[in-house]
Amino acid sequence: MQLFPCPFCGPRDETEFHYGGDAGNARPDGTQVPIDRWANYLYLRTNPKGTTREIWVHMTCGEFFVMDRDTVTHKVLSSAALGGERAA
Amino acid sequence: MTASRLATGGSAIDRSRPIRFSFDGATVHGFAGDTIASALLAGDVAVVGRSFKYHRPRGIWGAGVEEPNALVDIGGPRATPNTRATTEPARDGLVAKSVNATPNALADRNAFLDRFSRFIPAAFYYKTFMWPDWHMFEPRIRAMAGLGKVDTDWTSPGTSDQINHHCDVLVVGAGPAGLAAARLAAGTGLSVILVDDQQRPGGSLGHRAGEIDGKPAAVWVEETVAALTAGGHLILPSTTAFGIYDHNLVGLNQRHSDGRPDTLWRVRPRHIVLATGAIERPLPFANNDLPGILSADAALAYLRRHAVLVGRRVVVATNNDSAYEVAQALAEAGADITLVDIRPDGMPATPAKVRLIKGRALAAANGRLRVEGVTLDDGTRLDADCVLVSGGWTPTLHLFGQARGKLAWSEARAAFLPGDPVDGIAVAGAAAGAVSLSEVFASSAKAVASLGQTKAAMPASTGPEATGGITAAWPIPGSKGRIWIDYQNDVTVKDVELAARENFVSVEHLKRYTTLGMATDQGKTSNLPGLALMAGITGRTVPEVGTTTYRPPFTPVPLASFAGARAGELMAPVRRLPLENVHRASGAVFQEYGGWLRPAHHGGGADADGTIQDEARRARQSVALFDGSTLGKIEVIGPKAAEFVDFIYYNTMSTLKPDRCRYGFMLSENGVVFDDGVLVRLDEHRFIVSCSSSHVAAVHARLEEWRQDRFGRDAVYIHNATSEMATLTVSGPNARKLLQALDLGLSLDDADLPHMAIGHGTYAGDEVRIARVSFTGDRSYEISIRADRAEPLWAHLRQAGQAFDVAVIGLEALMILRAEKGFIVIGKDTDGTTLPHDLGVEGPRGKRQTEFVGRRSLFTEEASRGDRLQLVGLTVPQGEAPLPTGAHGIRRSDGKLNSQGFVTSSYQSPTLGRPVALGLIERGAARHGEAIEIQHLGKLRTATIAAPCAFDPAGERLHA
Ligand SMILES: [Zn+2]
Repeated sequence: MQLFPCPFCGPRDETEFHYGGDAGNARPDGTQVPIDRWANYLYLRTNPKGTTREIWVHMTCGEFFVMDRDTVTHKVLSSAALGGERAA
Repeated sequence: MTASRLATGGSAIDRSRPIRFSFDGATVHGFAGDTIASALLAGDVAVVGRSFKYHRPRGIWGAGVEEPNALVDIGGPRATPNTRATTEPARDGLVAKSVNATPNALADRNAFLDRFSRFIPAAFYYKTFMWPDWHMFEPRIRAMAGLGKVDTDWTSPGTSDQINHHCDVLVVGAGPAGLAAARLAAGTGLSVILVDDQQRPGGSLGHRAGEIDGKPAAVWVEETVAALTAGGHLILPSTTAFGIYDHNLVGLNQRHSDGRPDTLWRVRPRHIVLATGAIERPLPFANNDLPGILSADAALAYLRRHAVLVGRRVVVATNNDSAYEVAQALAEAGADITLVDIRPDGMPATPAKVRLIKGRALAAANGRLRVEGVTLDDGTRLDADCVLVSGGWTPTLHLFGQARGKLAWSEARAAFLPGDPVDGIAVAGAAAGAVSLSEVFASSAKAVASLGQTKAAMPASTGPEATGGITAAWPIPGSKGRIWIDYQNDVTVKDVELAARENFVSVEHLKRYTTLGMATDQGKTSNLPGLALMAGITGRTVPEVGTTTYRPPFTPVPLASFAGARAGELMAPVRRLPLENVHRASGAVFQEYGGWLRPAHHGGGADADGTIQDEARRARQSVALFDGSTLGKIEVIGPKAAEFVDFIYYNTMSTLKPDRCRYGFMLSENGVVFDDGVLVRLDEHRFIVSCSSSHVAAVHARLEEWRQDRFGRDAVYIHNATSEMATLTVSGPNARKLLQALDLGLSLDDADLPHMAIGHGTYAGDEVRIARVSFTGDRSYEISIRADRAEPLWAHLRQAGQAFDVAVIGLEALMILRAEKGFIVIGKDTDGTTLPHDLGVEGPRGKRQTEFVGRRSLFTEEASRGDRLQLVGLTVPQGEAPLPTGAHGIRRSDGKLNSQGFVTSSYQSPTLGRPVALGLIERGAARHGEAIEIQHLGKLRTATIAAPCAFDPAGERLHA
C-alpha cells in the first residue's frame, strides 16, 4: 500500500485518497469548442508508462493536489496544492 | 515402531505437560511444545494425508512452513482447513483430520486413482473433458480432487484484530542473522521490530550446533532476546511476514495460543532486513514421495527440538555438506546411518558410526504405504525405515521478490541469491547465501551498514562451523520411474517433460500447464527443481529459464484477518438520523436508503403496504411530518460564491435574491444530470447547496475540486454542514395551521414567507431556518434546527399535530407523494445518459451565456438526437396493478419487440385511486396521450403516455 504526501496533512495511506484524473488536462470553455477537443478533454488519457502527473484528493481533509509519480516503480516524486490545472 | 520419542532431550517440549489430541479419529499423545507433526512422528504415524490428484499416501516432509504434504483440517471453534501440521502447535483436545482422504489417510478409497496415473498426465482433465462441455464434468472431478474442506457452518469466535505500526527497522526472521541484525540496529539507537514465524526465536540455532561469543548458541539467543526486550524493542514470535507491498508496507500474520483469531499487522518500517533463511530441497529419485522420506534438516529439528528419532535404520542421501551434521546427530542418538553422497570427493569427514557410500545417488525408494528401502544408481539395494534427503538449500527470497528484487543465479551455491539491492531492503544470513555463522554475522553487519548505520560490534562464531560444499543434483530428463517435483500438486518429471514437448517452456507457462508451484505451499520445495529440469530439457541455463513472479502471501492468511472489524454491520456502516431513537420509539420501521438508515413507514406489521398507503393518503388530507435531516446542507461562502454556483449549476443561480431558493440540476462534464436540489441564498456571498441525501459526499468533493482548481481558495469557501442540522418537514393543506401552533418568532403569512422563500425564526432559544420547499406538491415547511435540539421540536410538532390528525410518514409514502407530482429521484428516474432537456428542463441550455459544468456536452450530435429517452408519466386504467418498475416500453417492428424505454418509478396512489408511474420513453415528451405496450417478464400490458405530473398539475396546493 502506497504512501501519498498530502500537501496539507503529510504522508498518508493511499486508501485515504481518490484519484482525480490527469493533471494538466485543460478545460476548454464555451459552446464553440471543437467537438474533438472537448472529447479529448472528457475521455482521452495518455496512460503513460513511467512518470506521470495526476490530480488526487485526500478524502479526509478535502485537499486536491497534483502528484508526480512513476507508474512503473510507484515512486512518488512530488506533490503540490492544486490551482489552475484545468485552466485552458 | 520405527519413529519414536527418546527418553530425554527436546529443547522445545515440556514433558511435565502431556497433551492429547485426535488425528483421523485416533488419539495422539504429545507434550506442550510439540507441533501436530512432531507428535504424529513421535507416535510413528507415517501416512498423514493423500496427494491432490493421485491420492498417493503422503507423510511428513519438513518441519516448517515449506511443508507440502502434511496438511490437516483443524476442527472446532478455531476451524481452519489446510493447516500445516509442521507449524501448528499441538493443543490438548485439538481435532485434526487428514485432507483429501476418505475415510482417512491410511485407507483412502480413492487410492485406486494412482494406478491410472499414467493416463492422467498434466492437463488430462482439460484435454479429456472438453466435449460436450467441461462444466458437465467439473463438479464430480472437483469433488474428487482438492485438499481441505471448508466448514460452511463455522462462524468466527471473534473479530480479528488489525494493528498499524511503524519502526526504524523491521527484521524478518529471528535466526542467527536476524538476531544479530536486530541487535546491531538496536545498538545504533534505531527502533526495531523482530518477527519470526516459529514459536521461539533462534531459527536454525534451535537445532544446528554453534558457539557464539564463547557461549552455546542457545544462551546467545536468550541473551540477545533479553537485550532487545530490555531495550524496548518489539519481538513477535509465531508471526509471519507474509507480504511486502508498495512503499515497503509489510503485512504480518500473528497467531495466538490462547484461542484468539489471528492478528493482522500493517507495519511501515523505514528499513527492512530480510533474514528469512533457506529451505532444504528434495532429491530426485523414483517414488521420492513415499511416507518416511523427510528433509534431513527436518529430522535434525525433530531430534533436537522434540526428541523424536524419525527412524532406526536411516539412509541419508545428500549432495551437500549440511546433511553430515544430521547423520552424526542421528547416529549418536542410536540410529543406524548409511550416508549416500552424490559426490565422489571433497566432502567433510565422515562422522563416527556412520557408513558412507560416496559417488552414488538414490535411483528409487521402495515400499508401498511407507518407505522400506532404497535402490542406488548402481543397483545396490539397502533396507531402511526412513530416508532423509538434502538436495541443497534455496534461499527464502519470496519477500525480496515481492518487493521487486531481482534474483541472481549462483552456480557455486546452486541457488538464486538476491541481486541488485532494493531501496530500504537488505538481505542477511542464509537468505543471502551465507552458510557458516561467520558468513551469517558478516552479512548481518553488511545489511545493517547498508541501511546507513555505522558499524557496531558484531557477534563472532567461536566454534566449528558449517561448510557449504554442494554439487547440483537436479532432476534429469528421461529418468526412469515416477519422480516427484511438486508433492502437493502431484507434478512429476514426466509432467514437466510433457509441458516441454507441448511447448509450454516459459516458466510461467510451465507453472500454469502443470500446476507446478500452484498449491498451498506455493512450490517452496519444488519451484527450483522444476525450472532446473525445464532448463535441462530445453538446453538452457537455470537463470535463462528464470523464476515465476513472487506474490503475497508467503503463507496462507485467514481472510477474516483482512476483514478485521469490517464485517456485518461495519462492512458498510449506515449513517444515522439524530432522531433515530425517537422514531424507533414511535414504531418506525427502518430501511437503508442511499447509505442512510431512515424510517420506511411506521408500524403496520405484516401489512406494510397498507400502512404506506395510509400514510400517503393522510398526508394529502391534512398534514404530514417527516424527517428530512439527510438532505445535504453544504454552505458556499465568499466573494465569488455567486459566480461559483452559476458554474456548478445548470440553472442560473446568481439572480437569486437573498432568502429565496431555487431548484436546479448539477451536471457532470459529460452533460448527464448528476444531482438535483434546491439552492438557498442567505445573503450576497452565502449559499446553501441542498443536494440529494445519498450524494452529499460526492457533491462536496466536486465543489471542492472546482473551488480549489478554478476559483481559488480565497474566492470561495465550502463547508459541509449536513450533519450539524436536523431538518423536520411539515407538509399538507394544514401545514401552516400546525406551524402557527408553535411560536417560531416569524410571520408565516404567504406575503412574508411565500413558496421558495426562506424565513428565520427561533425555537426554544435556538435559531431555526424555515424553507418553503416542497417535495410533495403540498404546502410544505422544512424546519432546520441544531441536530442536538431537534427532539423537543419534533415532539412539539407531533403534539400540536394531534388536532389535525397529523400523519408521521416514512420514506415510502414520501416516494408515492413525489411520484404523484412527477418529481424525480436522480439515479432512479434518470440513468447515466439522461441530459437535463430529457427531463423537460430546456431553458438554460438554450439561453445561458455563461459557462457551467457539462455545458459543451449538451450540444453534441448525441445530445440533439430526436429519439432520446424523455421523462413521462405512464398511466394504466383504474383497478389495474401498478406497472413493474424496470418494465420496458415496447415497439414492434418486423414481428420483433424492441425496447423504447422503461418504467423508472411506479406506485399505487391512494389519493388518485389508481397507479402512477414515471418512465424514460423514446420521444416521450411529444407523445402524451399515446398508448404504449409495456413488457415485463414476457407479459405485455398497455399504458398511456402522459405528463409526468399526475396530481394537481396547476400546483394550486402549494399555496392552499
Ligand atoms: Zn490531507
